[in-house]
Amino acid sequence: MSDLLVPTDESGIAAAVAAAHAAREPLAIEGNGSKRGLLRPVQAARTLSTRNLAGITLYRPGELVISARAGTLVAEIAAALAEKGQHLIAEPPDTRALFGTEAEATIGGIVAANLSGPRRIAGGAMRDHLLGIRFVNGRGEILRSGGRVLKNVTGLDLCKLLAGSYGTLGVITEVTLKVLPAPQTEATVAVRVGGLAAGVRVLSAGLGSPFGVSGAALLPAEAGAEAVLRIEDFAPSVAYRSGRLAQQLAALGEVRVLGEEESRARWRAIRDAEPLGARAEEAVWRVSVRPSAGPGVAAAAAGLGGRVLLDWGGGLVWVAGPATAEAHDALARAAMAARGTCTLFRGPEALRLAVPVLPEEPPPLAAIARRVKAALDPAGILNPGRMRAGF
Amino acid sequence: MIALPAPKPEILARREEIVQALRALVPGDGVISDATRLKPYETDGLAAYRQVPLAVVLPTTTEQVAAVLRYCHANGIRVVPRGAGTSLSGGALPMADAVVIGLMRMNRILEVNLEDRFAVVEAGVTNIGITRAVEEAGFFYAPDPSSQLACMIGGNVMMNSGGAHCLKYGVTANNLLGVKFVTIAGEVIEIGGAHLDAAGYDWLGLITGSEGQLGLVTEVTVRILRSAEGARAMLAAFKSTEIAGAAVDAIIASGIIPVALEFMDRPCIHACEAFAHAGYPLDAEAMLIIEVEGSVAEQDDLLARIRAICERFDPISLKVAESAEQSAAIWKGRKGAFGAVGRISPDYLCMDGTIPTSELPFVLRRIGEMSAQYGLKVANVFHAGDGNLHPLIMFDANDPDSFRRAEAFGADILKLCVEVGGCLTGEHGVGVEKRDLMGVQFTPRELDQQRAIKSAFDPDWLLNPSKVFPLEGAPVPLVAA
Repeated sequence: MSDLLVPTDESGIAAAVAAAHAAREPLAIEGNGSKRGLLRPVQAARTLSTRNLAGITLYRPGELVISARAGTLVAEIAAALAEKGQHLIAEPPDTRALFGTEAEATIGGIVAANLSGPRRIAGGAMRDHLLGIRFVNGRGEILRSGGRVLKNVTGLDLCKLLAGSYGTLGVITEVTLKVLPAPQTEATVAVRVGGLAAGVRVLSAGLGSPFGVSGAALLPAEAGAEAVLRIEDFAPSVAYRSGRLAQQLAALGEVRVLGEEESRARWRAIRDAEPLGARAEEAVWRVSVRPSAGPGVAAAAAGLGGRVLLDWGGGLVWVAGPATAEAHDALARAAMAARGTCTLFRGPEALRLAVPVLPEEPPPLAAIARRVKAALDPAGILNPGRMRAGF
Repeated sequence: MIALPAPKPEILARREEIVQALRALVPGDGVISDATRLKPYETDGLAAYRQVPLAVVLPTTTEQVAAVLRYCHANGIRVVPRGAGTSLSGGALPMADAVVIGLMRMNRILEVNLEDRFAVVEAGVTNIGITRAVEEAGFFYAPDPSSQLACMIGGNVMMNSGGAHCLKYGVTANNLLGVKFVTIAGEVIEIGGAHLDAAGYDWLGLITGSEGQLGLVTEVTVRILRSAEGARAMLAAFKSTEIAGAAVDAIIASGIIPVALEFMDRPCIHACEAFAHAGYPLDAEAMLIIEVEGSVAEQDDLLARIRAICERFDPISLKVAESAEQSAAIWKGRKGAFGAVGRISPDYLCMDGTIPTSELPFVLRRIGEMSAQYGLKVANVFHAGDGNLHPLIMFDANDPDSFRRAEAFGADILKLCVEVGGCLTGEHGVGVEKRDLMGVQFTPRELDQQRAIKSAFDPDWLLNPSKVFPLEGAPVPLVAA
């Protein structure tokens, strides 16, 4: 473990980065380190953490906005929102079990990883709700982008650039998110199907219906699969729409409707990829493709001795399988053939150092990426190697 | 008036040669160089600013766009991208030494995939054209800027356009999957695809709303959504803007997110009523149009909930549409708001700030005071759910003093938006119009950081010059020495 710097305020973060910039010394950037196992490990003598930048700084339920310092726990934000009947729209997963850690996710970390759960298909990703950020660039300058209002097109959108950049372009110190009222209740329509392709057709039928499906996943089961579709809203709407949806999908397989309690538990598990049943020695991938290509990726995974869980209508394929470079390369090829992207989500350090954990970018884009990185972090000190080797 | 940098004399001197070179790259009638046919390209939706460009090219393929950019890049020629030219911020305003690349001939719908719920279209397809291509199957493309009959998806991407329904469905950025992106060097890059959240940096998010500063977009992959079973509107009028604002808060607090939540102030109600005869209450200080979606029973349930909430705020009038026709009648006035104001004033400036919704009463009061101070009338429409305010400042373009006052009034409103915690532009973009106000919202360092990112894409600053960033401070001098 490298030396840990834990400033208690934004200016402390800025000072630490400025010193590292002056000394040309790399810094590992993290919140609580709950996703240290995600993507590539960073080789740095010092780790700069935002964990002590904690606390909600603004919450206006009527305006649908919340601001919090980067180190605030996601759970704390969720609790504050729940008190006013609201929630985080993108339903970020709790990855503690996957990464075998007790460390709780911070809001800065979730945003920096742009991690979204099942509601992504209906409500958007974390980055879609990131209204504003404060961050420290690689020179140690404190900067802002966006703001605290729902509609804002003033200047380049650095919020989206920083979301999903894993601390390589800047250290996020505070985020402002759009939030929404939490639906009063939910139900899930579950359909037994003969296989994954049939399952994705069920999910497509549901997502192509006017009934506002907010979750659409496919769980492989013995001799077939179960397609699950979630409806969230006021009680009369949930009753009406889950009924109509069940009716409509009955022609495609045996249908049952799960009530609120069972539905909530089921989607919490899907959110956290529990049904994948990833064993400790296995690697885990997230492959994003157009939904109809999901079963093809699943077949490639099965060919490697892997298992899958399909979310996002079939377009997000969680894979658990052998932690080998061969398996990674085969999955990456399958994703590319389907014109999608493959992310090595979890794996032993040696594997994460050996393979491209994210797909390579075409040369002109890679060149732009190097210049954008240099524009924000000229000395290349922020989380070097976190996303790509030598970058 | 906003200053435009002086044209590069060496480029102006080479005009004939440049036109010939462009003709070789875009054969047929794809290059415009005669004064009469250049005239329509001298301005966009911000008609107060005009400048005839050096030439206009109308490519029909991505390869032609790439070839034109490669040529302009090699020759140091500035480039102004243009869709339908509906920008209200002067985003497509030409410069005398710039080549306008108009994408209106790239208007093919390349693929519609209902199973995977996306469509691939060229940049010159109109916003409504996407919905028209999928509506028979019950689908639609969600963002609906009020210029949707004319505006093109390429322009929507560049400006990150919104619309009246983005409270529920989001803006352009939230409804894109991928773009075909052409750099100033003429490289063609596929960004994203037909899948969600492509791994790596969010280039799609950065490009969306970049106002032509980073590159051009020639193809767009959009998400398409299944339409709700139906939609219906209601109208609620109140005695004061404070009361209407409180009603909006109460609706949101009840857990209802209407698909649209529009606010009009008294001058706007009067202008719209005179124009559309929609039956708006003329004694109200503020009026809301609230639309919900779902089956008829769901609409009934939601409208009853909202009605009950509004009744707590002593409304002057509540009118719940009983049918699609009545719903359309309620919307008729609002949809014609800009035209209605155009009827009572020879010209108007449409402003576009966003404010925290709780600040609405204060901001409207201040705008009222400014209106008296500048001696210009103003009507306000407001996307009440998301805080996006559109004051329409009425003036007379034939009176230079009136225009000068209108611009100063507009700038004061936008400064006020920033002061109360909002921003300069919610959906129209910075363009040339708000360029010089950027320092109100951003620190010099923040602007420099954005400029450095632009330079990473466009090192010579040839793309859509003199927009978005204040002229002074640009790393590449924009004004000829």
